[in-house]
Amino acid sequence: MGFSSNWDGTLSPNDFNISARALCEKWKVTYPVFPPWAWVPCPRPFGVTSRQVEGYLSLEGFCCPKSIEGEIDNGSSSKEEATCPTEEEAVDDATLVQRNDRELHLYDLHIVRSSSYRVPALYFRGYNCDGQPLALDDIKKDLPYHSSKILKDSRWTFMTQEEHPYLNRPWYALHPCGTSDWMKLLFDNEASVTENEEIVQQYLLSWLSVVGQVVGLRTPLEVFSKKHNAMFCSSV
Amino acid sequence: MGVGTEAQKYVWEGAIPLQIHLHESEITTLPSPPPALILAPRIGYLPLLVPLIKPYFSSTLPPGSDTVWFDYKGLPLKWYIPTGVLFDLLCIGPERPWNLTSDPVWILQVHFRGYPGDLLSPCEGEESVKWSFINSLKEAAYIINGNCKNVMNMSQPDQLELWRSFSNGNMEGNLRISSKLKLGAVGEESATKVISHHHQQSSSETDFAGPGRTGRIPVRLYIRSIEEDVDDLEDVPHIDSWDRISYLNRPVEMHKDEGKIFTLSDAIKTLLPECFEDEPSIDEEMSRIELEDGAKSPESTLSNKDPENLGSARGTEPSEIKLIRIQGIEPKWDIPFSWVVSNLMNPEYYLHICVCIRVAQDPDKIW
Repeated sequence: MGFSSNWDGTLSPNDFNISARALCEKWKVTYPVFPPWAWVPCPRPFGVTSRQVEGYLSLEGFCCPKSIEGEIDNGSSSKEEATCPTEEEAVDDATLVQRNDRELHLYDLHIVRSSSYRVPALYFRGYNCDGQPLALDDIKKDLPYHSSKILKDSRWTFMTQEEHPYLNRPWYALHPCGTSDWMKLLFDNEASVTENEEIVQQYLLSWLSVVGQVVGLRTPLEVFSKKHNAMFCSSV
Repeated sequence: MGVGTEAQKYVWEGAIPLQIHLHESEITTLPSPPPALILAPRIGYLPLLVPLIKPYFSSTLPPGSDTVWFDYKGLPLKWYIPTGVLFDLLCIGPERPWNLTSDPVWILQVHFRGYPGDLLSPCEGEESVKWSFINSLKEAAYIINGNCKNVMNMSQPDQLELWRSFSNGNMEGNLRISSKLKLGAVGEESATKVISHHHQQSSSETDFAGPGRTGRIPVRLYIRSIEEDVDDLEDVPHIDSWDRISYLNRPVEMHKDEGKIFTLSDAIKTLLPECFEDEPSIDEEMSRIELEDGAKSPESTLSNKDPENLGSARGTEPSEIKLIRIQGIEPKWDIPFSWVVSNLMNPEYYLHICVCIRVAQDPDKIW
């Protein structure tokens, strides 16, 4: 699939694999203290060799920023709209272990390609440090303020619990029906001046910079090359 | 002239006779209550039967709040799969009611407590089913048209009427509303236009269809695999875990080849290429064999005795499709796929296909 002026913002299965590996590598280099994104291959389950290996990206044990923020600020609810403090990035395991007075909320995030919409979709689940799943109300509290508001207004079409395409279990999913439209907008200016291959490499990183914030996962600007910093700074 | 084809009428009237028993852990009276007998619509969903079932068993339930779910021989049933698809998928062999001399029913258990939240997505009654239906419809619209604006822009009265006509089994009312979504891509593109669609053109409605048509068909494939030593479908063992069923939510692209009809067999080949030989020449050979043996069943068409398979250079024997079932019937493989889509689709515009595959014995396999 060639990227051109009439590109529709979608991603082919092969390009998804390429973009996924690019995200893993750049994330690992730029953000070593953070849990890494890992590629999980999924062979066809009934035992025959498939021509095309499918899979998804997985980030395990992502610590909810609000639970850290809550501890630092004594859990003040007025901080709900504040941006996360910068020292979030400096938190290490030793510090986390010492704080046993409040439950930590951990999340697994999976990036799966939707065959229907031909774009990535974010699946996630939350649990305590002892592995017990979080209730929906707890997850709602962990969401950033603007996500909680959207969830309240359009509950059924923003985020629902549905079956993980590969794991046969209920996971929370963000509905991807509008993704191709805004991904096309995001790359519209770039498509005419950038090589196709670079757009494929950049796709999931750009997608994650938008979608990750819905669940409180911020993508550091360092994972983008310098010439892209200008684009994102101007859009903010 | 009425709305919809005769085949569509049969699909909408399709029903599964259910014999629903209350799970023994929830019986608080003696003797046990007799089972509830319900004729469930094929295209419907199990939670929509709860208003009929609940009053029947309420006097014997223990205290607590209701979280209704169903199981078949211990397997929790996924409520978001249409009832007819669950039946076609799980009752492949001797469980088929018409094979039995006794009353032909599908025996299920209903629970009002202890929802298996780790296995089933939550269901809060009719509202959850409605939105599962709407979201599937939106997804289907995106596949067919390249966007789902027609579904998103439905007026509230239209959306309500669409859902009511569906849950009431009113085919004509439902087709009138859904025609506004412009999802009749297959009928209009079919080379054999034996079906004429009567779409009401509303001048006030913005038409988002047209150039965006993708030629893709929404398909959900449910795959059961059986061991090599099981030759008779009557001997297929009961499924005790959903991990034994593969589920593919994957659109089918209908390739337009001048003068050649895209058949159901062609569609299955694009979805399950592993079950067909890789070489294109073999594909053409198999296609010819299938057309010549049009009267034969799929089993004999792809039998082990086929010399092509014996000459295969692959180390392992290819998987073999034993059965394809759609809306309770086993269509001939050379039937035009456009006919299958136009007539056998569910109301949310998804074609649900159940497939039974015989795979080679894997000594390392752990179920």
